[in-house]
Amino acid sequence: MSENSEQNGRKSSNKIKNLLRNFFTNPVYIISFLIIALLSIAIVYPLIKIAINTFQWSARDFIPSAVPGEFTLYHWITTITGEISSSLLYQPMANTLAIGASVSVLALTLGAVLAWLVTRTDIPFKKTLGFMMILPYMFPSWFKAFVWLIIFKNDRVGGSPGLIQYLFSVGPPDWLSYGFVPIVLTLTSHYYVFSYLLVGAALSTISSSLEESANILGASKLQTMKRITFPLVLPAILSAFILIISKSLGSFGVPAFLGLPVRYYTMSTMIYSSIGSGRPTEGYILSIILIVLAALIIYFNQKMISKKNYETIGGKDSKAKLITLGKWKKFAMTGAVGFVFIVSVLPVVLLLWQTLMLKDGDYSLSNMTLHYWIGDSNPDIANGYSGVFKNSTILSALKNSVIIALTASVLAAMAGLIIGYIVTRSRKMFSSKLIDQLSFLPYLIPGIALSAIYLSMSTTKILFLPVLYGTLTILILITVVKELPFATRAGTSTMIQIGGELEEAAKVSGASWFKRFFRIMLPLSKSGLFTGFIIVFISAMKELDLIIMLVTPSTNTLTAATFGLQEQGYPQIANASVAIIIFIIVVVYLVTTIFGKTDISKGIGGGK
Amino acid sequence: MSGIELANVNKYFDKNHVLKNVNLKIEDGEFMTLLGPSGCGKTTTLRIISGLEDPEIGLLTIGGKNIVNGEDKFYTPPSKRGLNLVFQSYALWPHMTVFENVSFGLEQKKMKKAEIRLKVEDSLQRMQIKNLMNRYPSELSGGQQQRVAIARAIVTEPKVLLLDEPLSNLDAKLRIEMRTELKRLHRDLKTTIVYVTHDQEEALTLSTRISVFFDGEIVQSDTPQKLYRAPNDLRVAKFIGNPTINLIEETCSYKNNQLIINSILGDFFADGDENVSDNITLSVKPEDIKIYSEPIGNGVEAQVYSVLPAGSETLIQLRIGDQLLTAKEIGEVNYPLDSKVWITFSFNKINVYDNKTGKLIAKEVEEQTKKAQFA
Ligand SMILES: Nc1ncnc2c1ncn2[C@@H]1O[C@H](COP(=O)(O)OP(=O)(O)OP(=O)(O)O)[C@@H](O)[C@H]1O
Ligand SMILES: [Mg+2]
Repeated sequence: MSENSEQNGRKSSNKIKNLLRNFFTNPVYIISFLIIALLSIAIVYPLIKIAINTFQWSARDFIPSAVPGEFTLYHWITTITGEISSSLLYQPMANTLAIGASVSVLALTLGAVLAWLVTRTDIPFKKTLGFMMILPYMFPSWFKAFVWLIIFKNDRVGGSPGLIQYLFSVGPPDWLSYGFVPIVLTLTSHYYVFSYLLVGAALSTISSSLEESANILGASKLQTMKRITFPLVLPAILSAFILIISKSLGSFGVPAFLGLPVRYYTMSTMIYSSIGSGRPTEGYILSIILIVLAALIIYFNQKMISKKNYETIGGKDSKAKLITLGKWKKFAMTGAVGFVFIVSVLPVVLLLWQTLMLKDGDYSLSNMTLHYWIGDSNPDIANGYSGVFKNSTILSALKNSVIIALTASVLAAMAGLIIGYIVTRSRKMFSSKLIDQLSFLPYLIPGIALSAIYLSMSTTKILFLPVLYGTLTILILITVVKELPFATRAGTSTMIQIGGELEEAAKVSGASWFKRFFRIMLPLSKSGLFTGFIIVFISAMKELDLIIMLVTPSTNTLTAATFGLQEQGYPQIANASVAIIIFIIVVVYLVTTIFGKTDISKGIGGGK
Repeated sequence: MSGIELANVNKYFDKNHVLKNVNLKIEDGEFMTLLGPSGCGKTTTLRIISGLEDPEIGLLTIGGKNIVNGEDKFYTPPSKRGLNLVFQSYALWPHMTVFENVSFGLEQKKMKKAEIRLKVEDSLQRMQIKNLMNRYPSELSGGQQQRVAIARAIVTEPKVLLLDEPLSNLDAKLRIEMRTELKRLHRDLKTTIVYVTHDQEEALTLSTRISVFFDGEIVQSDTPQKLYRAPNDLRVAKFIGNPTINLIEETCSYKNNQLIINSILGDFFADGDENVSDNITLSVKPEDIKIYSEPIGNGVEAQVYSVLPAGSETLIQLRIGDQLLTAKEIGEVNYPLDSKVWITFSFNKINVYDNKTGKLIAKEVEEQTKKAQFA
């Protein structure tokens, strides 16, 4: 009897020993654990912390009875029902939702139609058109706001006159110069790219045999579109929708440039000004409301996607038969070229032109100068600011931007690949599911809200970490965190394509986990790695919303510098900086696409 | 010293019980084939032996050494089991040349460069693909890729070689060629081979022993001859043999410690006990049926239903009442459709199965008339 129990005891102690050994000798467990810890510190902890903050008195509340740190509902009550709630919360929220809804509808439709034209019809010059169509993705969204101002500015609000006023001597009405209409139009001209890329990718994987078999069965072209093509691209449309709406809800630059001059606020600009004007807690509350809003929209969308899940579309022959446009060809071509001209070419031309105008708004040739590019400081022009290539502030901001973008994109791409590996290889493990969810979380948090959270966190010590405010590290960290969902998506879709047996073959051959990862998985996922890299690089290089509240004079980035210059009224220098940003992005994009065989539509797909 | 023993191995994927109490003993140097229909757990068994899958319950020893103890959660890593595996998909690394693919395993053993080169060339030579050394897998045909996969697995001189349907992606001709080579390889290397296939012909040709799986259980482990002659289960009988075996459902009675069977093929006795249900199935192999155009002594009358020539052999479908039977004759033969023929077969090639359990209850039965003489 005792012998028996002794044996049992030995057995279970063996089991525990073996379980521990299995855990510690398997790098997948250890890496999973590390990732969960990192994501918790970088995402979950800040979220909780900020939520708690909004229920406490802060040192900035000038209320006699307030003791900083004590519990209170004061901030929530003032924000939601107080006297200022209308201008602080409800008006900006209504504006934000109106903008989000309008932009989503317009951008989705536009992108889907263009994608169909380019992938499914015999429209000529597809390659060039395709490239021109995605060009806006490489522009900062707020750059179009600059261009809008160049054209539609009026001297009642904006100081110097815009192009229209210059040509016709009458200023456009305020509603066309500033506010809702220009914000919606500029955002649409930017975000349609997501719908174009995702719907285009889906369309090109649908085998035309699916459509043909419907035709053979007697369905008309219109019926085929409605019954076969549309349902198959629906998931792509829904992903594009959440991508566009979450981006436009959180968008800061565009409503700041086009809304603030006429006191038209969105939630994001209201967060910015609350925090800037000494009401940080209200700013945090607005951030939380914005996150909840975005999360709710995405949640309901996800439910729709998972109900209609067509993961693997397409037969083997994906060579789709092109639809002949016939007499519509001219019309379609004119439309497409005109569109590309308006959203991609004209803005860049106007931007460059404006950098050459000595006096803003004077389009005569005699007014042209290179001063804002290469001029030395001249106290008579722009308060003595020297041209961008001679300006040490701009150059150091450029250096910071490049450092941040490169570091963040390399880190994020690697992280995305490792997470993708963990998530696809040990799909059933709880830890993998957790990692999958956690790395998706930043998607729900609009940039300006994440920025607000990091601002509150970075000025104090967190756990054992040093104070990060004023370092490049915090800017890199927030960029990696914000871009993680995209990098993870790129990583996951690559890892799915690499058959598990390739790794198992190496495992049986005696290769350790690190050997396997670096000799087998990494080389095979090169294109996915580059895809992750370029997606993050582009975003980081043009990022404004995310870092505008976190930069300090020494860590200023080119985008933040541009924002400052525009606000202070030096549009030529601001525009020259934007031109540099766009130039760098386009060059890096072309190089990566040519050498890395990247496919950005793999990474940006919204949702999961 | 590389016999393999699986004892009471059970594997679950979530709630799905995929392997149920698998017991299997593979002797040193054996060519053991795991045979069975799709989804019956052959690959899973192979992956458990290789260590790519861990069973929840059960023991595994290789060469007498404890490798897996499910209850203790003790799992030796694959690299420490002294085996190698050829995947059904080949799983060649597309970014490495043939040479690099094959040398990878040796590099993990920290061998010297010169020695690696020698061994790689030797194993490529053995598979007759030394001239392809610097190509990438995408530049090879399916058969060549197959050879690389095998070369990669044997280069480390594993004591146990595991092959998962290695020939299933090849065309019919190449498959026959590779069978010969695999057989030679087994003789030359003298390793224990565990081979997975759902092609019964391949199994019968190659193996020293075959284990037949159904629904995660081993139903029979036997030499190819025994398996072919006396499948111990109806499912095995249906699975083995091409064209499929003739099965005839009948009833029987029990008398004097013997089963008395009255069938369309005649009346006969079989050894058996009372526990057997009244419903039984007789099996006759198509090649054991002889056809005569003229009436013959103890021949059974039948009608020609259709004739299916297939080059070297001809299949003839016959009808006795409602029962359809297939017979196989070597060479080209022809019978007019619906004509009357007479068939004979030797009783000692008939097997009897119990319908309720599906188990073999009697083999090599005796004709009643003969027995009757003794009675
Ligand atoms: N990783 C897995 N997760 C869940 N179920 C699995 C997994 N691998 C196999 N199965 C299930 O286990 C059962 C046995 O699978 P296994 O691959 O061993 O079959 P097999 O005999 O090799 O079949 P085939 O001849 O088709 O290759 C199947 O029902 C299969 O669906
Ligand atoms: Mg299998």
